[in-house]
Amino acid sequence: MSGPNTDYDPVEVTPLKADQVEAMREAALAAIADAADLDALKQVRLDHNGDRSPLALANREIGALPPQARKEAGQRVGQARGAINQALAARQAVLEAEHEQRMLAEETVDVSLPTTRRRRGSRHPLTLQSELIADLFVAMGYEVAEGPVVEAEWLNFDALNLGPDHPARTMQDTFWTEPAEDHVVLRTQTSPVQARTMLTRKPPIYVVCPGRVFRTDEYDATHSPMFHQVEGLVVDEGITMAHLKGTLDHFASQLFGDGITTRFRPSYFPFTEPSAEVDVRCFVCRGVDSASCRTCRGEGWIEWGGCGVVNPRVLIACGVDPEVYSGFAFGMGIDRSFMFRHGLEDLRPLFEGDVRFSSAFGTEI
Amino acid sequence: MKAPLSWILDHIDVPAGTTTEHITDRLTLTGLKLEAIESPGRDITGPLVIGRVLTMEAEPQKNGKTINWCTVDVGDANGTGEPQGIVCGAHNFKPGDLVVTVLPGGVLPGGFEIGARKTYGHLSAGMICSSRELGLGDDHDGIIVLPADAGTPGQDVRPVLGLDEETIELEINPDRAYALSIRGIAREVLVSVEGASGFRDPALRDTPPADDLGHPVVVEDAEGCPVFVARRVSGFDPSAPTPDFMVRRITAAGMRPISLAVDVTNYVMLETGRPIHGYDADKVRGALVVRRARDGERLTTLDGTERRLDPGDLVVCDDSGIIGLGGVMGGETTEISGSTTSVLVEAAHWDAVSMYRTGRRHKITSEAGKRNERGVDPTICEAAADRVVELLVEHGGATAEPGVTVVGTPPAQPVVEVAGDLAARVSGMPITEERSVECLRAVGCEVTGSGTLSVTPPPWRPDLTDAQDFSEEVIRLVGYDRVPSVLPTPPSGRGLTRAQQLRRRVGRTLAGEGFVEVVSFPFVGASDLDALGLPADDPRRDVLELTNPLSAEAGSMTTTLLPGVLRAAGKNVGHGNADVALFETGTVTLPRHAGPAAILPVDRRPTAEELAALDAALPAQPLHLAVVAAGDASSGGWWGEARPVSWADAVEAVRSVTDALGLDVTAAAAEVAPWHPGRCAELSVDGEVVGHAGELHPTVCQAFGLPKRSVAAEVDLDLLISRAVHLRQAPAFSSYPVAKEDVALVVDAAVPAADVEAALREGAGELLESIRLFDVYTGDQVGEGKKSLAYALRFRAPDRTLKEGEAATARDAAVALAAQQTGAVQRA
Repeated sequence: MSGPNTDYDPVEVTPLKADQVEAMREAALAAIADAADLDALKQVRLDHNGDRSPLALANREIGALPPQARKEAGQRVGQARGAINQALAARQAVLEAEHEQRMLAEETVDVSLPTTRRRRGSRHPLTLQSELIADLFVAMGYEVAEGPVVEAEWLNFDALNLGPDHPARTMQDTFWTEPAEDHVVLRTQTSPVQARTMLTRKPPIYVVCPGRVFRTDEYDATHSPMFHQVEGLVVDEGITMAHLKGTLDHFASQLFGDGITTRFRPSYFPFTEPSAEVDVRCFVCRGVDSASCRTCRGEGWIEWGGCGVVNPRVLIACGVDPEVYSGFAFGMGIDRSFMFRHGLEDLRPLFEGDVRFSSAFGTEI
Repeated sequence: MKAPLSWILDHIDVPAGTTTEHITDRLTLTGLKLEAIESPGRDITGPLVIGRVLTMEAEPQKNGKTINWCTVDVGDANGTGEPQGIVCGAHNFKPGDLVVTVLPGGVLPGGFEIGARKTYGHLSAGMICSSRELGLGDDHDGIIVLPADAGTPGQDVRPVLGLDEETIELEINPDRAYALSIRGIAREVLVSVEGASGFRDPALRDTPPADDLGHPVVVEDAEGCPVFVARRVSGFDPSAPTPDFMVRRITAAGMRPISLAVDVTNYVMLETGRPIHGYDADKVRGALVVRRARDGERLTTLDGTERRLDPGDLVVCDDSGIIGLGGVMGGETTEISGSTTSVLVEAAHWDAVSMYRTGRRHKITSEAGKRNERGVDPTICEAAADRVVELLVEHGGATAEPGVTVVGTPPAQPVVEVAGDLAARVSGMPITEERSVECLRAVGCEVTGSGTLSVTPPPWRPDLTDAQDFSEEVIRLVGYDRVPSVLPTPPSGRGLTRAQQLRRRVGRTLAGEGFVEVVSFPFVGASDLDALGLPADDPRRDVLELTNPLSAEAGSMTTTLLPGVLRAAGKNVGHGNADVALFETGTVTLPRHAGPAAILPVDRRPTAEELAALDAALPAQPLHLAVVAAGDASSGGWWGEARPVSWADAVEAVRSVTDALGLDVTAAAAEVAPWHPGRCAELSVDGEVVGHAGELHPTVCQAFGLPKRSVAAEVDLDLLISRAVHLRQAPAFSSYPVAKEDVALVVDAAVPAADVEAALREGAGELLESIRLFDVYTGDQVGEGKKSLAYALRFRAPDRTLKEGEAATARDAAVALAAQQTGAVQRA
């Protein structure tokens, strides 16, 4: 806003007078300070620092000054513009920060809103329990063996010292398949996998076999025609019942907690001799003041499974020399272990497929 | 086996102060596991005493009943010595009788608390009890009147009634048939309970010598019936009651008292373990003959069932024909009845295998059969028969007739060689040979020799046949609880197999995708397969049938996992959980109809060929994966609309699995049940079909209670896992800029998008980095029967920046090939 150059005396160029430049600077700084937002500041920038701003115009007049006056005038204008640029930048930063703060404040959401848009999946607790058990044994150096559930009668019974007229065959109510002369059954135990393992591997054998087994039990709170077992088999030189006890004690402590041990009671299984029932120390009451314990029903012990030293007859049928090798085997119900480990009293939710059951366990147990 | 403790203790002494729990604990730890300790009076507390009725006054009531207002002498039991006033509704007693009186404060079974209460105008302080009120039986016709010598008023009545009698119930394993008797249990107490002594063997008695004066018996099959003993009594009083002690013991043992003659045979069976059969001697015609049945012969057994006999069945005949199924069940014609006065007693030893087969064949389970099929001491037939005679004489007024028929002799016991250190080697305990010998003798074995022992098992232990069997006897007596705990040291294992790891990966992947794993029974019925809409010739209808299914509706092994998961999904929907996504992995059974799985010998390892043949005879049992989803895939909410499941979710579920396995799966249209014929994808990996996925047929949804547009997939997981990529190569990727080209192609609606994409890929050549279908359009702008597919193509060279126009040239080549192969026309 230079005024008309009425009096062409270079020294007297009005806009370049010190007080004039000072006034322009003050006006600019005041406008910058007053700029309330980024848009206002943009206008202030145009007005006071743009090509048509008083200082810009004044700057153009410098050339009209006598050489000796140019330096001083140039410095004066330059300083003023420098101060204005600085003030603009500072104000810009402040206003941008304010703007961002306001925007962020405006974008506030209710973080307590529900976020579950996708369904959650889960694995079946029996699968998880099987894997957990398999992992315990794999950690000891065992391998996981498998076999078919529709099995040859010979492998499910005869090879395991359960001849056709063995009374123990009636202990396991067997599903038979048609035609009967095919001699095919639904395996009643995971033990045929033991036989298969001995028939296909050479000792030393250290395996566990988790899997589904079948018995003709009517389906109710404590019986199911299908359930899951895990069986272990060790065949090596010099294997004794003491090794069996040590292994099951370790298994028990891993599955139910430190210090949980097992108890053997004489029992009978055709494929082992001697045979034992295994009880596991109740991990809830630990045998102290058991009377009111709901987990072991006052026993202090929980029936867990069966075990024993592999009957030499089984070794012979499976091609293992009983003069050189001995072994032990054990079998536990996975479903049953799960039930008392997790306080499930009726087994039916395991097989009903209600998502509310499996979902409660997620992907780990 | 339920055994009254007093009966056991008739035959063995235990140290004074030995508790029942100690005895049962010891029995449990040596192999007879306690199931329960019962006593009839366990639910009765408080004063229950003998009372003598002093006075009784009948008082008719307005309600038509007559009650008796009684005064009863209960001694000092009521604390005062004064007679107790009691109202009693029964009439079967008179003043002077001894009765069972419960006083106020007593509690009877069922939590019935007795107090002094005002009734029928009297203060009745207590109750005179019937059998039923004490839980002793169903007899409620009147109150119990005790014998005159039962005791004195005020005395605790429990011992008089046997209410304190404890019965221990033991679980008997099939190898321990000897413990199905008081004799066997008492013997176990002897070896298990420290300090037990004085075993009195009920089967050890002087018996009259055999002669030829007894009832004639001919055994034609000595293998089936090695020993047959017959005795006879006459003059038996059929109305003689069974003595109380016998009724109580038989009842406690779980059998039903019937009549003295029958009860005596059962009593002796329980006592000795030897099943006995009693014939009405007057109904037996001529000699008894033991033989195998002939095909087609029939017999009506005691239970009233007419049975068609098998040539394997052992039978007892007389001149009239077959009169009994030997060792299993007698016949109707010679049954002991209420008029029997002569009893022919049979104590015979039968072949256990025959007994087992006959029992199974005719579906007969009896107390006799249970013992005979497991093996009974063959040496005690004479003693058992003699004991029966003794009891019939003693309690039934009978006279023992002269004559003792004994046919056959008990088989000799085998001698088994047992290494002296076997028990130590098997158990891992330092058991000396001396200790082993001591234990073996304790259980009744004869032992000679040293180093290698020659062991003869006792006749009541037919289960002891192998050396290892004897080691168990030693170890259980030394104590299973003493076996030390030692961890073996396995060689380094190889961990989980690749397939095992991948199966876990598949499960985790699907759980991550929002599917919940279920486990279903693998049983299926025709109605399930019908519900899937499988055509008659669908291979999935070729199922393995079960001979004895639990239900005829699910009588076979399933060939598909779909019925199980669909049913489970339907159940969830039925429970109000409309949005459901499930998966299941499990084997299916695909019959091969390859003939029998041979019963191989067990005295040697089968040959490799025999084993291969065995496996070939079994059905194929591949592991399948099935998924089902219904309702919304993602729910609606503040973020926007819900997204219902679609056929694509089923395909995508499988893709999530194949991705996890490093496999590429391709989808092609297929028409397969149970899917919607226009929305079913046949899924392949490397050209091999692995399964199907898509939207379910509307009628299938309806059949399983699922909402319309539910989706499902089933694939052969074994197949996928067998093809999984083992070793993935590291990728190389370019850091030069990408060039993007979009094309929209119009094709016939029937042309699969996959074909168009394949042509574009091939035509675009090596510079193509990726291709993505980003839009599918049908409508007026492309015309009837057409669709527009819009693809985003990205080009990049591995080693340079693409030149101007290079990407466009590649795009044009891609479009040209698509045009040639699929008739695609580039949309302007």
